[in-house]
Amino acid sequence: MTSTLQPTSPPTPSPEIAKSLRGRSLPTWAPKAIGALSVALALVGVFGPVGFWLVFVAWLVAAIVPLWSMFVEGRRKATDRFVTLLVTTAFVIALFPLGSILTTVVTRGAPVLSSDFFTYSMRNVLGEGGGIYHALMGTLLITAAAAAISVPIGLFTAIYLIEYGEGKRLARWIRFLVDVMTGIPSIVAGLFAYALFVIFFGPGVRMGVGGAVALSVLMIPVVVRSCEEMLKLVPNELREASYALGVPKWRTIVKVVLPTALAGIVTGVTLAVARVIGETAPLLIIAGLTDSVNFNLFDGRMATLPVFTYFSIITPGVPPGPSIERAWGAALVLLIIVMLLNFAARLVSYFFSPKGER
Amino acid sequence: MTSIQSTARKRSTPTRPGDRIFRGTSIAAALTILATLAGVALFLTIEGIPGVLASPDEVKHGTTFIDYVVPLVFGTLLAAVLALALAIPVAIGVALYISHYAPRRLASTLGYIIDLLAAVPSVVYGVWGISFLATALVPVYSWLERTLGFIPLFAGPPSATGRTILTASIVLAVMVLPVITALCREIFLQTPRLHEEAALALGATRWEMARLAIFPYARSGIISASMLGLGRALGETMAVAMVLSASGVITFNLISSTNPSTIAANIALTFNEATGLTVNALIASGLVLFLITFLVNFAARAIVERRKDFSGAN
Amino acid sequence: MAKSIDVSDLNIYYGDFLAVEGVTIPVAARSVTAFIGPSGCGKSTFLRSLNRMHEVIRGARVDGKVLVDGQDLYADDMDPVNVRRMIGMVFQRPNPFPTMSIAENVLAGQKLNSKRMKKSEADDIVERSLRSAGLWNEVKDRLDRPGSGLSGGQQQRLCIARAIATQPEILLMDEPCSALDPISTSVIEDLIHELKKDYTIVIVTHNMQQAARVSDTTAFFNLAGVGQPGRLVEHGPTEKMFSNPEDPATEAYIQGRFG
Ligand SMILES: Nc1ncnc2c1ncn2[C@@H]1O[C@H](COP(=O)(O)OP(=O)(O)O)[C@@H](O)[C@H]1O
Ligand SMILES: [Mg+2]
Repeated sequence: MTSTLQPTSPPTPSPEIAKSLRGRSLPTWAPKAIGALSVALALVGVFGPVGFWLVFVAWLVAAIVPLWSMFVEGRRKATDRFVTLLVTTAFVIALFPLGSILTTVVTRGAPVLSSDFFTYSMRNVLGEGGGIYHALMGTLLITAAAAAISVPIGLFTAIYLIEYGEGKRLARWIRFLVDVMTGIPSIVAGLFAYALFVIFFGPGVRMGVGGAVALSVLMIPVVVRSCEEMLKLVPNELREASYALGVPKWRTIVKVVLPTALAGIVTGVTLAVARVIGETAPLLIIAGLTDSVNFNLFDGRMATLPVFTYFSIITPGVPPGPSIERAWGAALVLLIIVMLLNFAARLVSYFFSPKGER
Repeated sequence: MTSIQSTARKRSTPTRPGDRIFRGTSIAAALTILATLAGVALFLTIEGIPGVLASPDEVKHGTTFIDYVVPLVFGTLLAAVLALALAIPVAIGVALYISHYAPRRLASTLGYIIDLLAAVPSVVYGVWGISFLATALVPVYSWLERTLGFIPLFAGPPSATGRTILTASIVLAVMVLPVITALCREIFLQTPRLHEEAALALGATRWEMARLAIFPYARSGIISASMLGLGRALGETMAVAMVLSASGVITFNLISSTNPSTIAANIALTFNEATGLTVNALIASGLVLFLITFLVNFAARAIVERRKDFSGAN
Repeated sequence: MAKSIDVSDLNIYYGDFLAVEGVTIPVAARSVTAFIGPSGCGKSTFLRSLNRMHEVIRGARVDGKVLVDGQDLYADDMDPVNVRRMIGMVFQRPNPFPTMSIAENVLAGQKLNSKRMKKSEADDIVERSLRSAGLWNEVKDRLDRPGSGLSGGQQQRLCIARAIATQPEILLMDEPCSALDPISTSVIEDLIHELKKDYTIVIVTHNMQQAARVSDTTAFFNLAGVGQPGRLVEHGPTEKMFSNPEDPATEAYIQGRFG
C-alpha cells in the first residue's frame, strides 16, 4: 500500500449540490436489512414449525421497502423498487416447486432404496418386497438402443447440414423438418411406433425395440440441433488448413472437424439421452410393462423405470402401501439418473472443450 | 462457356470413393429424417382413419369421433392455456431477474438451477403432483370456493382430492416455466447494450429501462417463447394423466371433481385397455394433437423468423 | 524438387462475380515472388487458385491454365487433393489444429491421410521440419504440448513447419506476417530466405518493405476501377519494380500515394 499513489481527494461539493444530486433516498442499510428479515421469515415459514403462512408475512415485510420508498423517494423510485421485489418474487416462486419435488422425492424415496430394491424384479411379488431390476435393465437397454439409432442419424444429418448442405434446398427442408420433429408430442411418437409395428406384428404389439424407435423420434432432432451448433463452432480456418495439406474432405471431417467438436457433441448427446431416459408416454404405449426381467428388445413387453413408476402409483393393488413406496423409490432412482446425466454433460463441456480456442 | 460449366460441375462431385461414401451417408441420414416424419404422418393417418370413420357402436366410447374428440380438444386447450397464463408472468420475471437483476457472478448458476426443472422427468412431476401438490391444494380450493365462488371458474364444489384441471395446469406451468424462461433470458441478454445505456443515460430507473429498452426489443421473442411453451404444454402427457381425475366433460369449473380430459392423457389412460377400432380412434386423436402442436410450433417459428428479418434490417 | 509455375489467362469467379481477370504470369523455381496491391484486388483469390483452394468456396470456379512444370492443374483428370499435397499453403492467421500436439501438428499432413510410418521416421520429419521453420530450439522440450499454447509468431512458424513436412514443391503464403509482431515478422522473413533454396515461394504481402526485402520478383495487382475485376498490372524483378516501374499506378502505390 503506497499512500503516495492515492489521488488527492476532490474538493467537497457544497451541501446543497450534494443534496440535489443524491435526492432524498432510503438509507442504504434499509432495503438490505428488510430483505434479510424477509428471507429469514420465509425460511422459517418453509422449514420451521410455524406454518407456510409465514412466507406470505415475509413477502409483506419485503413490501415495506417500496411503500416506504413511496413516501421518501417518490413514485418513480418506488415503482422501481416494487418491480425489483416482483421480479425477485418470481424467481423465488420458481424455486418452490423444484425444492418441493427434490425434498419429497428424496425423503420418500430414499428409505426404499436397498440392495434388494436394485437386484430383484417384481416376478412373483405380492405386497411387500420386489425391486426395480427389470425396469432398470429395460430402461438402460431401450435408451441404449435409442441412442444407437439416433446418434448416427443425428450426427450425420448435422454433418450434411453444415459440411455439404450449405445453401442447398434439401438442407433448408431438413432444418424445417427437424424443427417440426422437435415439436412432436411424446405420446404421438409412441403412437407412431405402435402404428409402424402393428403393420408387421399385428394389433396389440408390445416390444422393447418399438420403445427405442419411439424414443429415437424424440431424440434425433435434439441430437441434430446440438451437433449442428457444435459443428458450426469449428472455425473454417481449420478445415482450410486441412484441405491445404491435401487431405480429402471426408478425412478432414472425420479427423479435424469432429475431434474439434467432440466435447460439444458428447455434451449434446448426453443431454439428449437425459431427456429421453425419463420419457414415459411412448413406452407406456409400445413397450408396456412386465414383472419379469426381459433382456430381449425383440421379444414382447419390457419394463422401464418411468412406466414402472407410473403403474406402481396409479394401480397399487391392495394393500397399496408397498407399491406406492416402490413408486417413490423408482422415481428417486430415475431422478438421480437424469441429474447425473445432466451433471456429466456439464463436466464434459467444462473439461474437454478444445484447448486454447475460446 | 459451356465447357467451363461442365468441368465446374464435374469438380463439385467428389471423385474419391471415401468422399463419395461419406457424402452419401450424410445425405442418407438427412433423408431418414424426411422419411421418419413422412412415416409419422402416414402411419398415423392409415391407422387413424378407420377410427374416425367408425360408427358409435363399434367403439368403446360409443360416440362419433367428432363427439369424442371435441371435449378432449377443449380440455387440452384449457389446461395448456391456463398453464401458460400461470407460467408466462413468472417466467418473464425469472428471466428478467437472471438477466438484469441478479448479481452477475450468480446469473449462470441461477439459470442452471431453473434449467434443472426442465430435466425432471414428467412421471416424477406426476408422482409429485398426485401425492403432494394435489393434497396441498385441497384447502386452497375450498377457500377459493368460499371467497370467489361467485366466479364460474371457482364455482365448485371443490374436489376432495385436489386432482382438478387447475392442479394439472399448475404442474404443466411448472414444466413449461424453464422452457419459456430459457428463451426469454436469451432474448433479454441480447438487448443491445447501447439501447439500455441510452435509457439509463436519460435518467431512467432500472424498471423504466426495462420498459424502454428491453421489452420493445424482446416482445416478439417473448411471444414465440410462449408459443413454444404452449406446444410443450399441449403435448405433455403423463403429468396430466396422473394428476387429473378426468370425466371428459366440457366445463370451465376449474376446481371441481368433474374435469375435462386432455388428448394426450386420454390416450395414455385408455390405450392399454383399448381394442379394435377404439385403438384407431385413439390414434386418430393423436393425429389431431400432432396437428394442433404443429400449428402452434409453426406459428412460433414464423414469429422468430420475422423477428430475425426485422433485426437484420437494423 | 522446386517447380516453376506458368499461369496463362486465368479468370477467377465467385459464382457469377468475376473477381480476377486475365492474369498471365510466370513464376521461376527456387525464387520468391511477392504479390502486392490494394485490399480487395484479388491477391488472396489468385494465390488460392494456384493450389485449387479457391474451389472449396461454394460456387467458386476458374477458367484458364495454371501449369506447374508443364502440367495443367485444372486439367480434367487432375485431383485437387493431389495438387494441394504438391503445393503447400500458409494462411494469414496461424491455424494450428487445437486438438493436436506440436508434433502431431507438424505431422498433420501425414497423419490426416493415415500414412503409416515408423516412429523414427516420424521423429525425423518433426525435427527436420521444425528446424527448417526455425522453431526446433524453442519447442523441442514440449513437442507433446498443444500447438495452440504457442505465441502467435511460433504458431505461424509451426504452420510453416506443417506445410513443409509433406515436402511440397511450392509454398504459398497469404500475408503470413500480418497478424504478427515485428520480431516474429523478421524471424519469418529470414526463414523465407532459407526456404528459398528448396522451394518455390509465392507470398502475398501488404508491407512494401517486406516485399522489397524478401522477394526476387514482384507482381502488382490492382482494381481496374470500382466494381471491376482485379488484374495484374505488371510484374518484374523486385529491384526494377521498386526503382523504376513501368506503370504510373505501380509507382503511385509503391510510393504510398494510394491504397
Ligand atoms: N468468399 C468470397 N465470396 C465472394 N467474393 C469474395 C470472397 N472472397 C473474396 N471475394 C471478393 O473477391 C475480391 C478479391 O478479394 P481478395 O482476394 O480477398 O482480395 P485481397 O486478398 O487482394 O485483399 C473482392 O472483391 C472480394 O470481395
Ligand atoms: Mg487477402
